[in-house]
Amino acid sequence: MHPFTYHRPATLADAAGLLQSTGGVGIAGGMSLLPVMKHRLATPSALIDLSGVAALTGIAAADGVLTLGAMARHIAVANSPVVAASIPALAALAGGIGDPAVRNRGTLGGAVANADPSADYPAAVVGLGATVVTDRREITADAFFTGLFATALEPGELIVAIRFPVPQAAAYAKFRSQASRYAVVGVFVAKFANGVRVAVTGAGPSVFRVPAMEAALSANFDASAIAEIAIPADGLNGDIHAEPAYRAHLVSVMTGRAVAAASAA
Amino acid sequence: MELTLTVNGRKVAVDVPTDMLLVDLLRERLGLTGTHVGCDTSQCGACVVHADGVSVKSCTMLAVAAQGSQVTSIEGISGAGGRNSLHPMQQAFHENHGLQCGFCTPGMIMSSIDFANRNAAPTEAEVRHWLEGNMCRCTGYQNIVASILAGTAAMHATGSVEAA
Repeated sequence: MHPFTYHRPATLADAAGLLQSTGGVGIAGGMSLLPVMKHRLATPSALIDLSGVAALTGIAAADGVLTLGAMARHIAVANSPVVAASIPALAALAGGIGDPAVRNRGTLGGAVANADPSADYPAAVVGLGATVVTDRREITADAFFTGLFATALEPGELIVAIRFPVPQAAAYAKFRSQASRYAVVGVFVAKFANGVRVAVTGAGPSVFRVPAMEAALSANFDASAIAEIAIPADGLNGDIHAEPAYRAHLVSVMTGRAVAAASAA
Repeated sequence: MELTLTVNGRKVAVDVPTDMLLVDLLRERLGLTGTHVGCDTSQCGACVVHADGVSVKSCTMLAVAAQGSQVTSIEGISGAGGRNSLHPMQQAFHENHGLQCGFCTPGMIMSSIDFANRNAAPTEAEVRHWLEGNMCRCTGYQNIVASILAGTAAMHATGSVEAA
């Protein structure tokens, strides 16, 4: 790693100030940032450790909305009775990220800000139509993820919390890499009173929705409703894990599994 | 950067570079070479230690992030029953032949103790799910799983479980 200065503020205001004054980056659990720093793909001059900022923690549900602090670690979300009672699909998703030691460190805000194309949380954020609350504004899920490792966050802007509307039913189905546990393809399906949302991670450069499937599932929330909907392979990811055509196929299969799981829950 | 923490129950004050990893602090500065570096990419789990009671991959945590923390490595778990006595999880690995070359074993055991702290009566499937972050290149998982089931039972029977 290149040398950097390290800061551990206790308040959000101090964290924001340090991000401004140092031009550095925030570090949450470090499960993605530290590996890329080791490879010298990221060379920040300063790290602002957010683990001491109490305002970034907390898990609460009220009025049909589940609010998770940005520093909510995956293990906390996976084991939270509040999450289990409001959006169990989200607890299950968090419990399937990486491995136990990664879940003990990794955070919601870090994963969402990093916007890894194979990360699990972006599918939940978009699938549930969540709102990303930053220290400057609120950003809708549909406007948040803008591309490969790219988000609407401005330099120095910090995610404070994410607000998830509680759906009538939801499930996340992931076809995972056996080695890394990342999603080769993961699909989050959520059924609300006003319609169904389908969000896909792992398949493309960034999380995306599938409007044709959403329309079909809004009319008939059953896996059979999407049987005839083909996903074009154009623009999908291809790597040693899966070719674009295979990923396209997996989108349909995982969506069907998610619908079945959401219906059974 | 000045850093104070507790390692295996002992207060430690050191001056470390900000980019030093926790595993390098343990191995290079404190001479605790029981914690191994396998992959250095947070995949293999040979470097697992406990930070404030929960398992972490010490190759993917900055030493400075452990400021004020209680860190426990493989060297810190034995001896509760007297000098040279093994921790119940270590004893279970010994009795069930839960290691071959032994390189992954420190991480396996630290990970397993965190597991046992959270699970009183686990199933084999739960053990295998938990072990996703610990690789054994000898591929001796069968006996490792048997060891963890036995070690978990022994920890709960002897009251050596800690709240995570």
